[in-house]
Amino acid sequence: MDISLQKVEYRYQANTPFERLAIIDVSIDIPSGTFLAIIGHTGSGKSTVLQHLNALLKPTAGKVVIGDKEVTADKKQKNLKDIRQKVGIVFQFPEHQLFEETVEKDICFGPMNFGVSMEEAQRRAKVAIKQVGLSEEILSKSPFDLSGGQMRRVAIAGVLAMEPDVIVLDEPTAGLDPRGRKEIMDMFHALHKERELSTVLVTHSMEDASKYADHIVIMQKGEVYKKGTPEEIFSSPEGLMQLGLDVPEVVRFQKKIEETFHIKFSQTCLTAELLTEEIALLLKGGEQK
Amino acid sequence: MNKKKLVQLENVSFQYPLETGFALRNVSFDIYEGEWLALVGHNGSGKSTLAKLLNGLQFPQEGTIKVNGMLLSEETVWETRKKIGMVFQNPDNQFVGTTVQDDVAFGLENNGIDREEMVERVKYSLEKVKMAQFLDQEPHHLSGGQKQRVAIAGVIALRPSIIILDEATSMLDPRGREEVLETVRELKENHHMTVISITHDLEEAVKADRIIVMNKGELYREGSPEDIFQMDEELVQLGLDIPFPVKMSKLLKEQGVSLSRHFLSEEELVEELWTSHYKK
Repeated sequence: MDISLQKVEYRYQANTPFERLAIIDVSIDIPSGTFLAIIGHTGSGKSTVLQHLNALLKPTAGKVVIGDKEVTADKKQKNLKDIRQKVGIVFQFPEHQLFEETVEKDICFGPMNFGVSMEEAQRRAKVAIKQVGLSEEILSKSPFDLSGGQMRRVAIAGVLAMEPDVIVLDEPTAGLDPRGRKEIMDMFHALHKERELSTVLVTHSMEDASKYADHIVIMQKGEVYKKGTPEEIFSSPEGLMQLGLDVPEVVRFQKKIEETFHIKFSQTCLTAELLTEEIALLLKGGEQK
Repeated sequence: MNKKKLVQLENVSFQYPLETGFALRNVSFDIYEGEWLALVGHNGSGKSTLAKLLNGLQFPQEGTIKVNGMLLSEETVWETRKKIGMVFQNPDNQFVGTTVQDDVAFGLENNGIDREEMVERVKYSLEKVKMAQFLDQEPHHLSGGQKQRVAIAGVIALRPSIIILDEATSMLDPRGREEVLETVRELKENHHMTVISITHDLEEAVKADRIIVMNKGELYREGSPEDIFQMDEELVQLGLDIPFPVKMSKLLKEQGVSLSRHFLSEEELVEELWTSHYKK
């Protein structure tokens, strides 16, 4: 399912003294199957963009097209239910939303709310729990007896059980240790491939964005500052650094090498391995490229 | 080193009610006055439990904890807490005020600080964490990162001799995190405070004076950042990670680039590559 934001503007509490412009003139295309990362500071408008992706917010100007549905300021929306089912959002600390007596009931809650039969919901729960890397035995347990990492996986399984076409992740690795972080991100990457999903990742982590995403959108003060492939985005890291945004460690390191050696590598290396090869080559040759 | 021991843990074990395993087992170490100690370890390694014990929110079943030479117990806990300021991982758990400034003032009021001084300290600490323009907002309407800033301001205002940060910057973006940590570092220097930071952030741990690695409730290793990050793959096995400059040093060595050691800072690594390899 394609999603497209076209010149979207959003004002919180519009037409009141508290009105606050959150995003303006935001255009982003998310064709089916894309892995998109949205990056920006706290307050850059990422979360506002995120809430437009399944019509939790309606733009105050511009247009959001989700599949065959259009969401605009002046149109009364019908059938938002369809959209919500097809675009699943995993919010920050999703484990805080667990509430049922058993893991199975918790996972089934979403799909059943959308009219799926209990048998079908239970079947989906079995599939989803395995996809998040947990065993079926956990289904009969109380979600509150699980570890933090397991609870997060259960919450994610609940979103997967809706069988969405698009999955939106808001800082999915916050609070996890480095191993947990890698496991969760690898899992989303595998799901993205297996289920042929569109994935939208909202994150502070440039590392994750450059490693997993096909496309990156950088938000700054409510506007799209830059968009492109990771290579395009990080080929000129200076602008990002001036804005106080992070660049991946490997890009930062390449820049330091280039400045010290007064050279320019032929490519922007996005992995440490690639950069190592370039540096080794440089040192062995001892000549400029 | 003849630094003063501020906190002493001896053979501390702790088990949560209804849990079969120990959250902490036989942990002993000292915390020295004026140091920045980073506590690292996988989720569930016992780091946060340690923080709770240090602040007397829980008491060990076995072993002892002394703060400034005084045994931490139900009787002395109030005395101890005056010295220790704690910032929790989830700031929602520690908001009490209806506005940001009331919240920061709460601890000061409890400690009987003069009104004049209180107003000044509230202003100062909120400015320090860049939240001064939010004085009259409700804490619960702030973003995760902003809440963490307010929680840290609350502790800064109290000027305790020990600050415990339990993943207190996890919801901030990288720049915000660096700003807040810089503020704490500055305060630490100016007011001679001791900082215990529980963190997954390796860049922060690299800057600590000392690191303690926890694993499955036990103290796995303690040492300087230099020592700890030479552990390489062992750290990955423990669910942690290796700082980027160390990773890079390793990869370069594998590619046949000789290096005198594994570097903890990018600058030092670039410097060595430049001076010892690039002849022109």
